[in-house]
Amino acid sequence: MFQKSRLHGEFFMQGDIACAEGALAAGCRFFGGYPITPASEIAERMAYRLPLLQGVFIQYEDEIASMAGILGASWAGVKSMTATSGPGISLMTENIGLGMMMEAPCVVVNVQRGGPSTGLPTSWAQSDMMQARWGSHGDYGSISLVPNSPQEFFDLTVTAFNFSEKYRLPVFIMADALVGHMTEKVVIPPVEELEIINRKYTNKKTEDYLPYDYGKDLIPDFAKAGDGYRYHTTGLTHDKRGYPDMTFECQNELVPRLVNKIKNHIDDISLTEEYDIEGADVIVISYGITSRTVLPAITMAKKKGIKVGYLRLKTVWPFPEEKIRKLSEKVAGFVVPEMNLGQISLEVERCAHNDSIVKLVPHPGGAIHKFEDVLHAIEEVAHGK
Amino acid sequence: MSELRVKISGFGGQGIILSAFILGKAASIYDQQHSSMTQAYGPEARGGACSSQVVISSDNVEYPLVDTADVLIAMSQEGYDTFLPILKKGGILLYDIDLVEKLQCHKDIIAKGIPATRLAEELGKKIVANIVMLGFAAKQAKIVSPKAMQEAIADSVPRKFTELNMRAFQAGYDYNKEQE
Repeated sequence: MFQKSRLHGEFFMQGDIACAEGALAAGCRFFGGYPITPASEIAERMAYRLPLLQGVFIQYEDEIASMAGILGASWAGVKSMTATSGPGISLMTENIGLGMMMEAPCVVVNVQRGGPSTGLPTSWAQSDMMQARWGSHGDYGSISLVPNSPQEFFDLTVTAFNFSEKYRLPVFIMADALVGHMTEKVVIPPVEELEIINRKYTNKKTEDYLPYDYGKDLIPDFAKAGDGYRYHTTGLTHDKRGYPDMTFECQNELVPRLVNKIKNHIDDISLTEEYDIEGADVIVISYGITSRTVLPAITMAKKKGIKVGYLRLKTVWPFPEEKIRKLSEKVAGFVVPEMNLGQISLEVERCAHNDSIVKLVPHPGGAIHKFEDVLHAIEEVAHGK
Repeated sequence: MSELRVKISGFGGQGIILSAFILGKAASIYDQQHSSMTQAYGPEARGGACSSQVVISSDNVEYPLVDTADVLIAMSQEGYDTFLPILKKGGILLYDIDLVEKLQCHKDIIAKGIPATRLAEELGKKIVANIVMLGFAAKQAKIVSPKAMQEAIADSVPRKFTELNMRAFQAGYDYNKEQE
């Protein structure tokens, strides 16, 4: 069942396992974590597989240390990851902020379960979406990818590593317990067929290198540990040398850059799936598992003669503001079913044109949307309510 | 597009989730269909109510849950009581006759019982009751081809128990009431 190399072929594979295999395929060789339902299978798989690939697995004393561990590994030049659920993310959040400030590439997987607090350990929700965006204090740009199947959990884990390496930040994968514990066919391509992006190393001489200097893309180049470059990093506001400099000027150069390095590349980062958008009166915007559970309602609405479009966000953060703005000029409105009591719907409301309706279909998690609720919302928007 | 929705229910520890895994694997890897398997369980490792579900389709599975079932496999009284209402008219119920004793009125469904756990004990290990049931399901509900099911079983159980599991599959497949 297990091999000493990266797998390829067809497998009947659980979402969590597919995530671990995606990480390995992307080149992840360090996992630091603390087990928690429904993300434990990711750690379990990594614990078995990493040593076979000359990687390192550490189960830490808690999530705070786990996040610190993967930042350290990242800084040493290794692709690193942790996987947890909401309660673990809450503990990791301080060090996620440090990762944003240090610009440390790594991947943080949140297999969402119902909250708040320990909530629903074995059941699902999508109620950590805003936490992924705003969890840590301070301003920073962030990336969150949301899979809706085991195959996509594999694919988006590879993408998450690519984005983290390219844009230098901790990237979130916001799965949920249903996708994490769902088993479907997963096709893993041979590693040479995968697009793998690695961090950019400087080609400057040691005396010319500044760790936080940047070019047009706003992303600093790394220097390899051990190659003789001077390196300094800190959670404090820092200059291009990485030294603390708590002046307004420095803050005003650093923090907008952390936001803009993501904002300016939204076309590259924003991944969506859409159909029947052209000529639609109502567009259903969904993400993650909800994008599958709403399908029967969409089919039924179409049978009733309503022109319904489907927009699925694979990238939720950065939010596709421009796209929603443009779409809102052409439609009666949007229906946003999500397994929380209103998070991404707020973003849709913010971006939608004044004349268009935005209707949230809330759900607290632990089950799935009632098909009638989604259908009813589609009908209401179609009739201009 | 043809679609078959299967619900499997019992206690934690009976291999309810493994059964669904084997069924889904048989369909999607060995029978070239599409399948999606999901599970529900409580915080207890063993003894609590447990259910798993598989959607088998000729096309991509869009909606992965089983709200109404074409086939219900019940390995406990509680599982039977909970999920009988979601079995469609004309659907097939397969149950362990020693574990589901209080039967309701079976109108409009096809109900077939098997002493799966007892047969497994006779084979030497109670733990293969789920595989006996899969053999029974392969024959009585024709969920997937017997060959695909056998390949998926061989692929999913520890190698030293392959032979025992194959015998368990066969016992379920060959079972008919007249033997009793």
